[in-house]
Amino acid sequence: MLEIGLSHYLTVAAVLFTLGIFGIFLNRKNVIIILMSVELMLLAVNINLVAFSTTLNDMVGQVFAMFVLTVAAAEAAIGLAILVVYFRNRGTIEVEDINLMKG
Amino acid sequence: MIISGLAFYLFSIIAVVAAVMVISARNPVHSVLYLIVVFFNSAALFVLMGAEFLALILVIVYVGAVAVLFLFVVMMLDIDFTELREGFLRYLPIGLVIGLILLVELFVVIGAWAFASDAANQIAAPAPPADQVDNTLALGRLLYTDYAYLFQAAGMILLVAMIGAIVLTLRHRPDTKRQRVAEQVARRPDEVLDVRKVNPGEGI
Repeated sequence: MLEIGLSHYLTVAAVLFTLGIFGIFLNRKNVIIILMSVELMLLAVNINLVAFSTTLNDMVGQVFAMFVLTVAAAEAAIGLAILVVYFRNRGTIEVEDINLMKG
Repeated sequence: MIISGLAFYLFSIIAVVAAVMVISARNPVHSVLYLIVVFFNSAALFVLMGAEFLALILVIVYVGAVAVLFLFVVMMLDIDFTELREGFLRYLPIGLVIGLILLVELFVVIGAWAFASDAANQIAAPAPPADQVDNTLALGRLLYTDYAYLFQAAGMILLVAMIGAIVLTLRHRPDTKRQRVAEQVARRPDEVLDVRKVNPGEGI
């Protein structure tokens, strides 16, 4: 029980990933919480990558986790910028109102 | 061994509970603060696994930049958040069902998988022993040699994201007064000065 192995970390990552998906369903209207849920999911993926990397003694997993981190930071910046512009134009951030471009 | 096991349970339980609070907190500011708790505890998990550099990067990048960015946006936008929570209970059952299905599937995968027999032979970059070369040095050696192009590509991604964010949010307000230095410097006396002869006793 106190012997911590790979499967323990995979379990934590799986729970965090599921909570991220659950958060997207739960806060269907609030884009900010949805973005935070996406960050949670990316964090779970990073935990998986690092857990496998340290278990297999392979550094490439950590390099890859770093790139995931980079992309996550860029995604958060762009997403929040789009959110600010959208709020400026519409005065709300309700996801269900974002259907202007559905053609 | 016992202490590291207890530390794992402490950090992971706090991380999961804080993640639950992130998605269920009433106030988005509290959500961001709980997100910071999740990041800190995940960084502690990274340290337990032996990836110190990524743990510190996680604290610096996520807590120092991304979470603060979220906090700024949440506090700057004037939003009625109670209105945004209206559908909260409506989507709770379907979310629970899908989340449970996904969790069960993930646990099935975690419980049943095994390493391939030649997985140990296919290691791309073997980690040096931790007591001789520390994690940061090993990661740097790999990142600046074999993965230099990918590293620069990551830099390009960040550059494009920065330019994109600036282009998206920059706006010129027509009603603000600005100093136009070029026009001021290019001003010539004969354009703005009118020298007139004024006779004594008369006005202009």
